[in-house]
Amino acid sequence: MKLTTMTIAAVMAASPVMADLVFPSLSYRTGPYAANGIPFADGYEDYFTLLNERDGGIGGVPARVIECETGYNTEKGVECYEATKGEGALIYQPLSTGITYQLIPKVTADGIPMHTMGYGRTSAKNGEVFSNVFNYPANYWDGASHAINHIQSLGDISGKKIALVYHNSAYGKEPIRTLEELSKKHDFELMLVPVDHPGQEQKSQWLQIRREKPDNVIMYGWGVMNQVAIQEAANIRYPMENFIGIWWSGSENDVLPAGDKANGYKALTFHNVGDDYPIFDDLRKYVVDAGKAAGAGDQVGTALYNRGMYAAMLAAEATKTAQSIHGVSDITPAMMRDGMEALEITEAKMAEIGLPGFGPEFKVSCENHGGNGLGAVAQWDASASEWKLITGFEGSDQEVVQKLIEEDSAAFAAESGIEAGCS
Amino acid sequence: MPEQLLFAMEVTLNGLMAGVLYALVALGFVLIYKASGIFNYAQGVMALFAALTLVGIMEGQVPFAHLINAIFGTEIHHFGWHVPALLAIFLTMVVMVALAWAVQHFIFRHLVNQEPILLFMATIGLAFMLEGIGDIMWGAEIKKLDVGLPQGINDWIDVTTLEALGYGFFIDNLDISAAIVAVVLVAALIAFSQYTKQGRALRAVADDHQAALSVGISLNFIWILVWSIAGFVALVAGIMWGAKSGVQFSLSLIALKALPVLMLGGFTSIPGAIVGGLIIGVGEKLFEFGIGPLVGGATENWFAYVLALLFLVFRPQGLFGEKIIERV
Amino acid sequence: MFYREAGDFSTTYPQDSQTFPIKFDRYRYYVVLAVAFGIIPFIINDYWANAVMVPFLIYAIAAIGLNILTGYCGQVSLGTGAFMAVGAYSCYKLMTAFPEISMLIHIPLAGLVTAAVVTLFGLPSLRIKGFYLAVATLAAQFFLVWLFNKVPWFYNYSASGQISAPERSVFGIIITGPNTEAWAKYLICLVFVTICAIIARNLTRGSVGRRWMAIRDMDIAAEIIGVNPMSAKLTAFMVSGFFVGISGALFFAVYLGAAEVGESFGIDKSFLVLFMIIIGGLGSIFGSFAGAAFMVLLPVFLKNVLVGGLGWPTDLAAHLQLVIVGGLIVAFLIVEPHGLAQLWRLAKEKLRLWPFPH
Repeated sequence: MKLTTMTIAAVMAASPVMADLVFPSLSYRTGPYAANGIPFADGYEDYFTLLNERDGGIGGVPARVIECETGYNTEKGVECYEATKGEGALIYQPLSTGITYQLIPKVTADGIPMHTMGYGRTSAKNGEVFSNVFNYPANYWDGASHAINHIQSLGDISGKKIALVYHNSAYGKEPIRTLEELSKKHDFELMLVPVDHPGQEQKSQWLQIRREKPDNVIMYGWGVMNQVAIQEAANIRYPMENFIGIWWSGSENDVLPAGDKANGYKALTFHNVGDDYPIFDDLRKYVVDAGKAAGAGDQVGTALYNRGMYAAMLAAEATKTAQSIHGVSDITPAMMRDGMEALEITEAKMAEIGLPGFGPEFKVSCENHGGNGLGAVAQWDASASEWKLITGFEGSDQEVVQKLIEEDSAAFAAESGIEAGCS
Repeated sequence: MPEQLLFAMEVTLNGLMAGVLYALVALGFVLIYKASGIFNYAQGVMALFAALTLVGIMEGQVPFAHLINAIFGTEIHHFGWHVPALLAIFLTMVVMVALAWAVQHFIFRHLVNQEPILLFMATIGLAFMLEGIGDIMWGAEIKKLDVGLPQGINDWIDVTTLEALGYGFFIDNLDISAAIVAVVLVAALIAFSQYTKQGRALRAVADDHQAALSVGISLNFIWILVWSIAGFVALVAGIMWGAKSGVQFSLSLIALKALPVLMLGGFTSIPGAIVGGLIIGVGEKLFEFGIGPLVGGATENWFAYVLALLFLVFRPQGLFGEKIIERV
Repeated sequence: MFYREAGDFSTTYPQDSQTFPIKFDRYRYYVVLAVAFGIIPFIINDYWANAVMVPFLIYAIAAIGLNILTGYCGQVSLGTGAFMAVGAYSCYKLMTAFPEISMLIHIPLAGLVTAAVVTLFGLPSLRIKGFYLAVATLAAQFFLVWLFNKVPWFYNYSASGQISAPERSVFGIIITGPNTEAWAKYLICLVFVTICAIIARNLTRGSVGRRWMAIRDMDIAAEIIGVNPMSAKLTAFMVSGFFVGISGALFFAVYLGAAEVGESFGIDKSFLVLFMIIIGGLGSIFGSFAGAAFMVLLPVFLKNVLVGGLGWPTDLAAHLQLVIVGGLIVAFLIVEPHGLAQLWRLAKEKLRLWPFPH
């Protein structure tokens, strides 16, 4: 009974007095993936703090970020969802494929939109089936196609041997189907190398790669697996420029432990890197120097910080879109969903925010919740300790990817009895 | 020589090297179990904690900075100095001894004569606490650990085998140094337990608590001693694994790699831990090499356990059963 | 004063050997049941169902299952997570293969499948015991997780390798899928918990339970007085597997709705359930409930106090929470090694004498 009263007291204490826009941040600053969760959560929160401090919120209504620690654990994620949804949460970004799968049916039933940027269920791109789930600007299958496109752009791919080193979980297995299709289409040989969680010990896998000498290695790794893989690749002297990681294998955390030997390692990304943008001046001025930064404030400009900030930026833009569609500034989750579905990111918009050329241009529609699937390749420069974009934002092989998305979303619709269509 | 055989030889050699690392972790378990009957699940977290402390001291981090900043609103992170590796290792050792004392004084002193399962649970509780304290003290981000150990392929072996056999073997320099360190460590432990007064007292306690007590050996002291030694072993293991992957939470999961080694070698036998480690290392690597591709790979996590299990079913006394241990 | 057996006379043998020999206990039990069935379903909301009550009830079943094996029969198992996965995956296969059959049949069936698998992994217990057995059950943990991840048949060849529960209803009430009402989730779990607890209670106080306890206390002595160790150990594994399987099926179908084996049924789960029975009390059905409640409520409670109440940064709170949970476990083991159930027993002893302690 004591617990009941205390919980209620705690919820009451936190409940809002005035209108605000609630953005829950399901972060993980603890557990095995903490190193990746911290910068993302910092970037996400800092951006909203900036909007509040500089512009007084979004459309005049202050944004409120409720942080809830998931530890990358699905049960805690569900608990966080239930705890925060009553506060009028506008959008969920669960930051974990496992939690995403839990929440897809829940948010759909509760009418709250969810944005899984570069993770989650790929076929959610099909908005006719997944009405409340968005995964713009790019997804895992786009990523697989980007990697192949990049290899192709450097030389003929046919007859080559390409290895996929992947985290042996739902996440890591995502690109396999796409790569298989692409290997048929472009006539290259695909070699699958699974690494079991956590991936602390990968000697066998890299010995295998050393023996079979694939021309390129694509990695879908996460957590400690990334650092060990890059270290082992350096140990066997695998040419780093032939080694391409997905965006979740492309943070500073992943390359720094290997030191200089990681130089030249490539990673995909769907947003730009570095802190050479006007918005960072504002961030420093209004947030970091004012002592309002989330966390330790030392992550500004890292790849994952930028990703968190980018996610927040997209959410804020969708909020603005929703506000202008419905003509109210204190929007509801349902309005937020409409705003996300009508979201259009243009170069002019990004320049206005202070992020010129930061991400691809894309437009969301009811049929297409996933944007245009544009992505770029970044390369690690160990001497300067920074990522550099070496390509522009380029498209993926929609012919292959779209077919798979339709297949998978149709299967999901049949399984859960959803009638596809745009209302 | 046929190519497959060469590959298998290379895999075996690497398996042996990996086995040394497993044995290093298992050693910590054996020491504590032998002296006090505690199956110390926290050994893996101790390795993490030791490595975190080492990096923290080397980099001049302020311990509990985050907590202090959150409470007092200050902005302190670094002392601004760098400590040389050897001194930092020494200081870390001091911390580990203090930890050993604290563990004995606050936890296990009160749990003398409890059932083994309860002691085991207490060590899991300890693991939680250490993990939390480590995070609060030093932060949860990944830290690079560099104490100057060589890393990467060993060129000499590569070139020599290439000339002799036509295929250059891959052996990691770090693994070689780990093997050397492990040999030195085991030699030192044996020398310690054979030739020093404390070492002999330690063996006496391992044999029979009450008899040891009756000849005037302080159990409390011996237990602190053994936890300190385990802390040292954890530090060594933490350095070796941390050099590979950076120091981070997953380091604590290496304990899971050591458990099948313990099953195979026995909880009480130091040679068992070493030989068991080698068998597990070679076994899992060869299985992954030979059978792995047929069943889809990533077999290493479970194969070690199944191997140990099958072995025990057919030979319940383990590799080096000191006596016929009654297990049914 | 109120809590004593005065005036409570047994006139028949069945009366003498009933579960709650004291009248007050019986009434209390009926009151708890009445509140659980009659009141809570009407006031429960989504947060309380999903964050507290449903996980508590499901973990209570798992804890009962493990308690039978570890607490009553003395066989330590660290494979509970994987055994729950067996329940979850068999439930998933059954509910997708035979959608027209009621979940009330599928869930016990999933329990039976799990019982068979667990019995198989219990075979090594005939040769090894103690920590060696505990570590051996880890073989089951890692192997089963790998298997469910590797063989596409288990997850119906879905592209992502996740399993998600389709909508199913019992008597017209939806109990799985996203549109389930909070009270329906709660009630279905409660029904299974009640049945499981009654079965477990009656098994453990009957001849089967006494055989298990004889094996636990001293296996050689038990063998001499005519207990067959093989059948006793294997029945313990089987019964334990049945309960754990049911909890796994409910965990996936009713609570999570979607699951990935490595994430939802990893080794953490095995340790969590083991914690529950140690904190709650080995060899006690009540202890299983108390332990499950403690381990489910404590993190939620700490989080609400530290983050919601005191406004601390979430990461600091999460780290501190680890320290507190770990510290409490250790403190518990030091103060009361026999768990919450023992505290409860002591409290009852004291109450029976109160207010005249001599």
